[in-house]
Amino acid sequence: MKKREPGSHRHSLPKSPTSIQGLDEITGGGLPKGRPTLVCGGAGCGKTLFAMEFLVRGATQYNDPGVFISFEETEEELTSNVASLGFDLRDLVRRKKIWLEHIHLEQSEIAQSGEYDLEGLFIRIHLAIETIGAKRVVLDTIESLFSELPNPVILRAELRRLFQWLKRKGVTTIITAERGDGTLTRQGLEEYVSDCVILLDHRVTDQSSIRRLRIVKYRGSTHGTNEYPFLIDEDGFSVLPVTSLGLNYFSSLERVSTGIPRLDTMLSGKGYYRASTVLVSGTAGTGKTSIASQFVESACKRGERVLYFTFEESPTQLMRNMRSIGINLEPWVNKGLLQFHATRPTLYGLESHLTTSIKLINKFEPHIVVLDPINAFVMGENQTEVKTMLLRLVDFLKMKRATAFFTNLTSDGDDIENTDVYISSLIDTWLLLRDIEVGGERNRGLYVLKSRGMAHSNQIREFKLTNHGIELLDVYVGSDGVLTGSARLSQETKDAAEQLLRQQEIGRKQFGLERKREAMEAQVMVLRSEFEAEESEALKVIGIEKARNERFSQDKVKMAQSRKGDDHIKATAIRKSRTTNKRS
Amino acid sequence: MKAAQRNERRTKSKSEQWDLRLYIAGESPKAGVAFSNLKLICEERLKGKYHIRVIDLVKHPHVAREEQILAIPTLVRKIPLPVRNIIGDLSNTEGVLVGLGLA
Repeated sequence: MKKREPGSHRHSLPKSPTSIQGLDEITGGGLPKGRPTLVCGGAGCGKTLFAMEFLVRGATQYNDPGVFISFEETEEELTSNVASLGFDLRDLVRRKKIWLEHIHLEQSEIAQSGEYDLEGLFIRIHLAIETIGAKRVVLDTIESLFSELPNPVILRAELRRLFQWLKRKGVTTIITAERGDGTLTRQGLEEYVSDCVILLDHRVTDQSSIRRLRIVKYRGSTHGTNEYPFLIDEDGFSVLPVTSLGLNYFSSLERVSTGIPRLDTMLSGKGYYRASTVLVSGTAGTGKTSIASQFVESACKRGERVLYFTFEESPTQLMRNMRSIGINLEPWVNKGLLQFHATRPTLYGLESHLTTSIKLINKFEPHIVVLDPINAFVMGENQTEVKTMLLRLVDFLKMKRATAFFTNLTSDGDDIENTDVYISSLIDTWLLLRDIEVGGERNRGLYVLKSRGMAHSNQIREFKLTNHGIELLDVYVGSDGVLTGSARLSQETKDAAEQLLRQQEIGRKQFGLERKREAMEAQVMVLRSEFEAEESEALKVIGIEKARNERFSQDKVKMAQSRKGDDHIKATAIRKSRTTNKRS
Repeated sequence: MKAAQRNERRTKSKSEQWDLRLYIAGESPKAGVAFSNLKLICEERLKGKYHIRVIDLVKHPHVAREEQILAIPTLVRKIPLPVRNIIGDLSNTEGVLVGLGLA
């Protein structure tokens, strides 16, 4: 007997996980535990497979044995039908994990006499559940009984009784039913089974078949209410999951190199943010795939896994083309780090692509996912749908913390930035490649249109596809903008020549100056020596004159003395004054 | 009541012995009604040429799967062929006769 958890009126019901990819997210954990779920849809929608997958996964992954009561197919038919999904029913039956039973009335016409009930059905289901201890039960398609039994009134009453009985047993039940005209089910089973109702739809639009699932009702639980596309393939059911309801995924601070060192420099030195979305757009032949491949190669060298979706070239062709520029991707494919997935987008609907991509991503858990090119989806689809699909994919990748790398082909002449309005809001880093046409030639240019969360260069850089990968060339800005190609080369040579000339000029001038200095110094020497000569001459003359002056004064005194003109004392005074004169 | 009736005596008649099986789910009033209705019809139309076996699916649940029994009560005529099924408590005698081809 199922117990109610205390305070459970505030929380969701206990749920039985399905392990069907995407479904548990949409339902918030799975189907209501211990209660019946109605799965309805038209013929061929996949109700039986859905129910079977619920049972098989329950048995194999959650150790919940399950009972499959089929009202239409025999046990053998069922076993072979689901073998294509990889479910080995025979083995599961043998191990008493699954109980398969085909219930139907043998006769085409049943005679009836008097009242009856369907206790036989109860007994059989009871035996099945008790024998293997089942927690899950499938009734597929119980509505068949309506065509086999004569009295619908009794049948309805018994069905009501049956569902109550199953609830009391505490088994999680799936009941499948055929879609009615205007009603959910042909026989109105939704009256009795109203805890959870899931509708499967299968239609063909534009030659592509689209399968969709919708949760019409889920009592006691929040659930996604939209239509979700799903796929059935060799792994069973896959439903597109609910993408993050808020934009609250984790943002990484980690950076990944672009594979081109100088491009890393343009992105503030480190490259792209991990788990960001990168777009490289450009016209035909500008080198988008090359840039993608170099990024991929550098990631693989670091040991990271890359999932490469190619929509125009086959993987072998792509790898061959990349080898010519020195990027060798084959060893990484062989090592299992790089996985290619090639499809023509027009082959399947958008949702199929999305679902397949998500499945592959979940299986491979890549660090990087490349879509080359994304505009391949735009052909023949309307832009809103493409944007929705890309949005979902981007959301999913961010949740998975994988870096998304998209390439986009733009048409010549378009205003590149504007034509991609439908995806520009999704993109964190946008590299634009363009051909720079100047002087009769076209050269490759690249610039960072935007890069959220980092300072980036606004320089248009010329780059080359050499035989050892992509090389960004030096920036060369001339008087009328960036120069590329041969214009750049010629400018480079011109500048070099000019520089040489200037060097020489400087050399010459310096040499000239030296000479002048030497000349000046020589002159100074000459003047000095001349001066010195004259100086000594003059000094000599001055000396002679001074001496003469001296003698003259002496002679005068002597004469005076000898003539006894003046007396002795005066002569001494005169002598004294002469001495002082001499001294001065 | 049932135990005794389960050991119905067989006649040594040369005509084919009718093998009738009545499937019930526990000894309920409906089961009783069905059995007595059946007995009456058999005594009237097949006196000495029939053999009724009452099988209680509550006691032998696996038989339900083997014989594909859904409704209770179900009467199955195994012999003579073809196998015929009639569901219900057999209160509508006409219906039983038609169903068994005795009408």
